[in-house]
Amino acid sequence: MNANTPTGINSDAPPHGELSDVAAQAVVTVEGVDKIFNRSKANQVDALTDVTLTVATGEFVSLIGPSGCGKSTLLRLIADLSQPTAGTIRVNGKPAHQARLDLDYGMAFQQAGLFDWRTVKRNVELPLELRGWDRARRAARSAEMLELVKLSDFANHYPWELSGGMQQRVAIARALAMDPALLLMDEPFGALDEMTREHMQAELMQICAATGKTTIFVTHSIPEAVYLSNRVVVMSPRPGQITKTVDVDLGVRDEDARETSTFFTKITEVREALRAIETASPLGRGIEDR
Amino acid sequence: MPSPLVRRLVGASLPIGWGIAFLLAWEAFVKLRNVKPFLLPAPSAIWTELWKDKARLFDAKQKTLFLTAAQSTATNALVGLLAGIALAILVALVAQRFTIIRDLVKPVSAGFNTMPIVALGPVFYNMLGATSDAARRVVVAMVAFFPVFVNMVSGLTQVDPVHQELMRSYAASDASFMTKVRLPNALPFLMTGIRVAASLSVIAAVVVEYFGGKQNGLGARVASAMKLSQTPKAWGYITVAIATGLAFYVAGLIVESLVLPWQTKRKLSDV
Repeated sequence: MNANTPTGINSDAPPHGELSDVAAQAVVTVEGVDKIFNRSKANQVDALTDVTLTVATGEFVSLIGPSGCGKSTLLRLIADLSQPTAGTIRVNGKPAHQARLDLDYGMAFQQAGLFDWRTVKRNVELPLELRGWDRARRAARSAEMLELVKLSDFANHYPWELSGGMQQRVAIARALAMDPALLLMDEPFGALDEMTREHMQAELMQICAATGKTTIFVTHSIPEAVYLSNRVVVMSPRPGQITKTVDVDLGVRDEDARETSTFFTKITEVREALRAIETASPLGRGIEDR
Repeated sequence: MPSPLVRRLVGASLPIGWGIAFLLAWEAFVKLRNVKPFLLPAPSAIWTELWKDKARLFDAKQKTLFLTAAQSTATNALVGLLAGIALAILVALVAQRFTIIRDLVKPVSAGFNTMPIVALGPVFYNMLGATSDAARRVVVAMVAFFPVFVNMVSGLTQVDPVHQELMRSYAASDASFMTKVRLPNALPFLMTGIRVAASLSVIAAVVVEYFGGKQNGLGARVASAMKLSQTPKAWGYITVAIATGLAFYVAGLIVESLVLPWQTKRKLSDV
């Protein structure tokens, strides 16, 4: 395996190599996780209750549900940006905390979160700098990542010179820079217009196909979830729970896939699962039906 | 669409045109109304006074009046300014680190800020000696401190929450967070503070001379020229003081554009 290919299984990605030997091994296992905010106080919120989820290598899983269903909370728990009240979370076979320390995942947020004072190239290189990579190695990797997201021509531009969609692509390149096994995305296209959004979805599909990353993707949009995912996990609020899992097999996910009958059938299936939540709870709001 | 350079020149010509028109009106007013020179000298009389200095510039035996005075005041302003900036950055870093200090320092500094610091001139002349420049520099440093400090604290504390999450996801150390996020984030704020402080420092250095001390600076010379009814000469010193203040301001802008290349590029493209 050539360490310079974007698929990049290389010596820097901790035990990623071992994983492929045990292909069936899950990248993420969430078991019986509860998350309670402000415990035993008047404003206690049960954000997640008894959530169990397994994500296998190479899988693309979307978390969808109304506002307050805990989908972002679940993502943050997997990222070890917050700790569960009960239950266990393992990433790459390790506790979530260790996985964070080992940079086993890359994360992208709704805001691109680029650093104004760094050029596009140096934004992508930030995680590499933190790991003490030397200049030449950083430059090689950032060039490779920018090529992957088709922004090679913008390497020396500053973020403000880029459109929202381009900024988000830089953020994805940055998330992939350390070649993590897992990509965590929290509504990364939520702030983009519909046209840009569909374009970005197609690009993300290509990137995932090229790199073979495992991805967990939080979204408000049903078509987005169906188009991107192998599996759509539907969640309900108060307490946050997984109510239904919809498997999606669209075959090749190109632009034509958006017009197949399977695509529409799956959209209907997810929508009905979400409607069931809305009827059950008056709080179920905020799903984009487009 | 004219080129950026042409647009900038056109943009600059407007204020320059107004400036010239103002001077012409001033000249005409003095000449036509026959205003006495000791009340208000014409711009041409002030210029004559300044021009006399040219002869002294090339004479090794004589000192120039205006440049020597400007040098003395500008040195005080610069030393005080740099000391004030350094102290402000240092205190801001400590204040950022300890919330208790931050909560304490902000109201205290706001209180200090309302105080006319230059009025403390006589106190410092008494403390540090009227024949040294130390008192003047201390006053300038105190004046320069506040805008830099307040801006620096804002810059250090107003970090984008997404950047915080991102750095946590990278398991970045506190030191990395400081050097890669907090400090660069504070830079534009710091430069705003410095730009304000640069102008204030010259004003403070000139004004504090009115309260005593050595008779070598621009402020002292304005005061003594006025006492001797040498009004055009006093105006000459005032003109040089204005030029010094402008020079400090422009120097601040240049430093800012060098320190913040990403903003400079943006500003140039926005014009």
